[in-house]
Amino acid sequence: MPLNKNIKKTLVIGSGPIIIGQGAEFDYAGTQACKVLKEEGIEVVLINSNPATIMTDNMIADKIYIEPITVKTVKRIIEKEKPDSVLSTLGGQNALTLCMQLAKDGFLQEHNVKILGADPVTIDKAEDRQMFKDTMESINQPCIPSLVVTDVESAVSFANEIGYPVIVRPAFTLGGSGGGMAADENELRSIALIGIRTSPINQVLIEKSVAGWKEIEFEVIRDSKGNSITVCSMENVDPVGIHTGDSIVVAPAVTLASKEYQMLRNSAMAIVDALKVEGGCNVQFALDPESFNYAVIEVNPRVSRSSALASKATGYPIAKVAAKIAIGYNLDEIKNAVTGTTYACFEPAVDYIVVKFPKWPFDKFVYAKRKLGTQMKATGEVMAIGQSFEEALLKAVRGAEISHDTMNTSVFDELSNSQLIEKINATDDERIFAVYEALKRGYTIEELHYLTLIDEYFLAKLKNLIDFEETLRTQELTDELYIKGKKMGYLDSTIEKISKQKILSPIKAAYKTVDTCAAEFEANTPYFYSAYETDNEAEAFKENKADKEKQTVIVFGSGPIRVGQGIEFDYASVHCVWALKELGYDVVIMNNNPETVSTDFDTADRLYFEPVTPEDAMNVINTEKPYGVVVQFGGQTSIKLTKALSENGINILGTSADGIDMAEDRERFDALLEELDIARPAGHTVMNTEEALKAAEMLGYPVLMRPSYVLGGQNMIIAYDASDIVEYMKIILSHNIENPVLIDKYLMGKEIEVDAICDGENILIPGIMEHVERAGIHSGDSIAVYPAWSLDEKMTDYIVHCSKQLAVSLGTKGLVNIQYVVYQGKLYVIEVNPRASRTVPYMSKVTGIPMVKLAVRAMLGEKVTDMGYGTGLYRNSEYIAVKVPVFSFEKLQDLDTMLGPEMKSTGEVLGIAKTREEAIYKGLVGRGCKMNKDGGVMFTVKDADKPEIAGVAAKFAKMGFTLYATEGTAEVLKNAGLDVNVVAKIHEGKIPDTENTASLIESGKLSYILSTSSKGRIPTRDSVIIRRKAIERSVPCLTAIDTADAVAECLLAGYTQDNTTLVDVSTLNK
Amino acid sequence: MSKAYLILENGQVFEAESFGYEKEVIAELVFSTSMAGYMELLTDPGYYGQMVVQSFPLIGNVGYIGQDMESDKIHLSAYIVRECAEVPSNFRCEGDLRSFLIENKIPAVSGVDTRALVKIIRDNGVMNAKISFSKDYTTEELEEIKGYEVVNAVKSVTSTEVVKKDNGKEKTVALINFGIRASAEKMLDGYYNVIKLPADVTAEEVLSYDPDGIILSDGPGNPKENEEIIRVISSLVNKKPILAFGLGHELLALANGLNTKKLRYGHIGSNQPVRDEKTGRVYITSQNHGYFVTDEISEEKAVIRFRNVNDSTCEGIEYKNGDISTQFSVDLSDGPQNTSFILGQFSELMK
Repeated sequence: MPLNKNIKKTLVIGSGPIIIGQGAEFDYAGTQACKVLKEEGIEVVLINSNPATIMTDNMIADKIYIEPITVKTVKRIIEKEKPDSVLSTLGGQNALTLCMQLAKDGFLQEHNVKILGADPVTIDKAEDRQMFKDTMESINQPCIPSLVVTDVESAVSFANEIGYPVIVRPAFTLGGSGGGMAADENELRSIALIGIRTSPINQVLIEKSVAGWKEIEFEVIRDSKGNSITVCSMENVDPVGIHTGDSIVVAPAVTLASKEYQMLRNSAMAIVDALKVEGGCNVQFALDPESFNYAVIEVNPRVSRSSALASKATGYPIAKVAAKIAIGYNLDEIKNAVTGTTYACFEPAVDYIVVKFPKWPFDKFVYAKRKLGTQMKATGEVMAIGQSFEEALLKAVRGAEISHDTMNTSVFDELSNSQLIEKINATDDERIFAVYEALKRGYTIEELHYLTLIDEYFLAKLKNLIDFEETLRTQELTDELYIKGKKMGYLDSTIEKISKQKILSPIKAAYKTVDTCAAEFEANTPYFYSAYETDNEAEAFKENKADKEKQTVIVFGSGPIRVGQGIEFDYASVHCVWALKELGYDVVIMNNNPETVSTDFDTADRLYFEPVTPEDAMNVINTEKPYGVVVQFGGQTSIKLTKALSENGINILGTSADGIDMAEDRERFDALLEELDIARPAGHTVMNTEEALKAAEMLGYPVLMRPSYVLGGQNMIIAYDASDIVEYMKIILSHNIENPVLIDKYLMGKEIEVDAICDGENILIPGIMEHVERAGIHSGDSIAVYPAWSLDEKMTDYIVHCSKQLAVSLGTKGLVNIQYVVYQGKLYVIEVNPRASRTVPYMSKVTGIPMVKLAVRAMLGEKVTDMGYGTGLYRNSEYIAVKVPVFSFEKLQDLDTMLGPEMKSTGEVLGIAKTREEAIYKGLVGRGCKMNKDGGVMFTVKDADKPEIAGVAAKFAKMGFTLYATEGTAEVLKNAGLDVNVVAKIHEGKIPDTENTASLIESGKLSYILSTSSKGRIPTRDSVIIRRKAIERSVPCLTAIDTADAVAECLLAGYTQDNTTLVDVSTLNK
Repeated sequence: MSKAYLILENGQVFEAESFGYEKEVIAELVFSTSMAGYMELLTDPGYYGQMVVQSFPLIGNVGYIGQDMESDKIHLSAYIVRECAEVPSNFRCEGDLRSFLIENKIPAVSGVDTRALVKIIRDNGVMNAKISFSKDYTTEELEEIKGYEVVNAVKSVTSTEVVKKDNGKEKTVALINFGIRASAEKMLDGYYNVIKLPADVTAEEVLSYDPDGIILSDGPGNPKENEEIIRVISSLVNKKPILAFGLGHELLALANGLNTKKLRYGHIGSNQPVRDEKTGRVYITSQNHGYFVTDEISEEKAVIRFRNVNDSTCEGIEYKNGDISTQFSVDLSDGPQNTSFILGQFSELMK
């Protein structure tokens, strides 16, 4: 069937904020889908609460609602916009679940809205555990013995029947959230309890563990006529037991004989047929490595993280094709966009191997449990393409930005053999490196296979790397050996480091094309990866197909999504590419994140899917011979290239390497501030604990501590007393850090943030943001409000003045982000980042100023005065916009949820409205807060907060909330005349007829908790236990008094999901 | 491992490492885009006279698996890969690929930029090549390479004896073996009693078994070289229902007065999309053919039932007398499936 002409207006549901298990891949998929709909002349109405997305841009959709993705809001949008259809399969699990709810309560039918992409029966058959099992049985597809239960006792009795270990999988949760593996009854009892609570329908599946089997995935596409194809097979290097999102994955599967491959492929096809999927579908199998036995693990009838990976791995645009199928097309009617001549109805063939490597947040979250299991913990991933597994693995590892350029990990040197084996058995994020170390120590492939069940094939490849490194160390570095090393994926610098010999005649990489068809047909795709061969297809492409009139510019992307560097930087990179194209440049992008829009092959004129490191960059530069390169939009990843590129004489467009250095080097920066007479918090540089204590004494507590080698809040804390300093110095010094530690006076003032565009002479400030929380909470974790509400005219003018001075003195050409604190009426600078920041997308959308585009123009020499937006501070928007951070605490066990100077959020949502209270309310709802208007509120605050607590508590009391507090806090509230119930601390135990904090949370009586004790971090502490318990019971737990006050204010203002204004942001920019 | 060289008929030379049997050989160079199934490929009689380059770079990962062989030996002339696994891994693995190639005296080379090679074939069409152990070549050598032709293909791979298999089925078919693969034969055994006949069988002999139908198998080479066989087939047409695959499909077409031509660079791989013109359904099929039946078909005689989605060439014919033929394999083990309905249609015909 060709295009369904009845579809005229479609509602697309986005996936909302980035959280663990639901990343940037849905922006990529959603953007592709919206583009398809628009190309067909269909009006697109979009809802997505995440402002840092490309899909919420004006050119992608016609009507854009950056509103909370809730049943209530979506219903209101449908009533307002009256779409004839809704597309549900491209917004991840949330969108799918939401759509199901709307279908099941009859709302969609009532409003004549047709579901595109998947009908409720399909979704039920795939997602409801029992229906899924029944469907699989009906087509003779083996499942793992399992039972759906809704209470712990049934779980236990079934597990006793089938035997341990068992896996607990909650129904309808993301990335297996709330599940886990239980080795015995005790473990099962606690995991099942959490699982049942986490599941929105209080249902979990208890399943026999097939841990150790091969984990194989297929991405399948089926159309309404029943044509189906498999796009790609994928194999997890880590066998079943570790979530596929946390596994190293290769594509295609490489350890299957054709018999096994066809068996699983046939099964996948039979399954999508039985489910009547129309669009993309992911099927996961467990395959016994010692027989033909297999079992279907799960099926996702929608685009997913795996489908994004499969798309980038093969070049086959799954989301685009799925969207076309959703509106009526069949596979044989859709052209293969890669070749331009063949059709979408074929199975891609690849002539390379792809390795995906996860990016975990444990470098930031030192106290979080690192053990990997059925609950995904990675925040992002990188992908690498190579002609050998070794090459792809090394490219992936160095691109993951985990300080590895090989598989060697020096800290393992200190481990004894038994400690090393223990490390391997711990199955944490470092397991592959521990396995490598063990192979190096002479453990055999068989022994390590026995320990890990990782296939011998992969272990042998690791052994190849070890053998090669040994040869490098012991033999003369001949040309032949050097080339062998290059083909195995080593950097020149690594080869020289290991061999301790100079490379006499270095060679540069050639580039091969990703074309979906293994060169069988001529492809038009400008999608390349490096290979050490002579046939350079990228060069030929540039020679034959690029517009020679245009100058080439390379944009470096932002690498994997991680805490502190999220999708915002992909947003900025993509806009930079678009702006450059519009200005008539031939634009190249280099990045290694498979989840993003930037790595879609039709974003730039040419895409290099490569790790973003200096040598890899120089190789691309060698082929492309660009006029200039751009480093300021890809976060730290691209900024880090500046020095090396500049030393190689590469023309860095925009702010110079020297300007960037001046902002980052503390001494130079201090000198600049001195010269400009701009204040910053007093500070000292120390090398050991003794000096640290002395410095803190001098400055007066509290003080802010951080290592000098990183920016962006990594490993930053606030020390309130000497014991904090001692604990923290111990952590830092244990990392063998030679760099000094910075200790600054911590000023608990108003935090102000400015993003500006500067041409070296003038600046344009789209707006000034003010944080709800006072300084001390990382800007990425604060609720940021635009425009700032509490600055007087004089202070505003002064901020504009300082911002201009700072930007101009650093020679900024492009974007600059400046953070200030206003403390006791005085302005202090905290930091200046001469690059795009995470607030750029949201500010661009709210103010209507295309910030990245203007920054690009400034970078290329245009004057701000000629841009048409004036200079200085731009006029305020008629709307208040609030950026609310979103966390993934449910996924990270043992992590303290207390907010501080180190960033913890993984994503953000926007609240936009006419008043601050309404905007904050919308933001909080968008984040997932229930915003109850009654129930209990528990307060337990640190001494420093006690003077202010009564005011906040009184607001809750006024609304009729029941107040609870721990003893010290209760005392203060009582003195203020408030009625409060005293709650015992956990370690005080449960006194008969009274609650302690833990049992109170368990009781379900609480709607909010305010816990501000900063004596956190260590998981066994009371305050941390309370905060973790709040996460388990989904009680909003606020950790700053300012946040609690803001919550109280928006509750007082009387907003509900029914009375907020729905704002179509596409109208703001016009 | 010693150095080896791949010399193309256009004079291009690729340096490689020899990992198979060390002998020089000239053959027709073709490429396969299949990512799995090298055991099946190596032992497929369809590659007689050819050297195959694998576009997927990692070959030999599961080692040697005897059960997966499509015939009792390797039929191709030489094998070209990017990398052959030294440590294979699979529960059925009985040894490594390298030893298997050496036992079969098949030259094989690795370390070649296989993608560059595939592009050359794609852009220039099929060409001949030589595996050599010296990088230099004389003009006579080049002439010899250019002059190579795959001849006596069917004769070299067919069986010599008549094999009657009573599979306990209702219908009995005469299977003329032009180089059938074991998996295809096994599939037919699941449907019919099979009388397997050598390629040089006469029409009289075929009919003497009084089969319910005749199946013409797949096989290697240029269909037009089999003049005698084509005559035999023409005298079988309209005597019994005929079903034909691959080379058999081309031969049946020639026997019906249709024409065949050489494809520029063949359809080789397991991802060839074929549209059923009758239903509009598209099937992903496994194929290995270098020739195709041209479109010059009069509608009174036959219609093209299947076409390749990518290049629109003929992939299957329905004759007015009910005979059916497909260019792709309709088997269950090697390739993607769902086309077994064709067998059902043939069974109907035999009723």
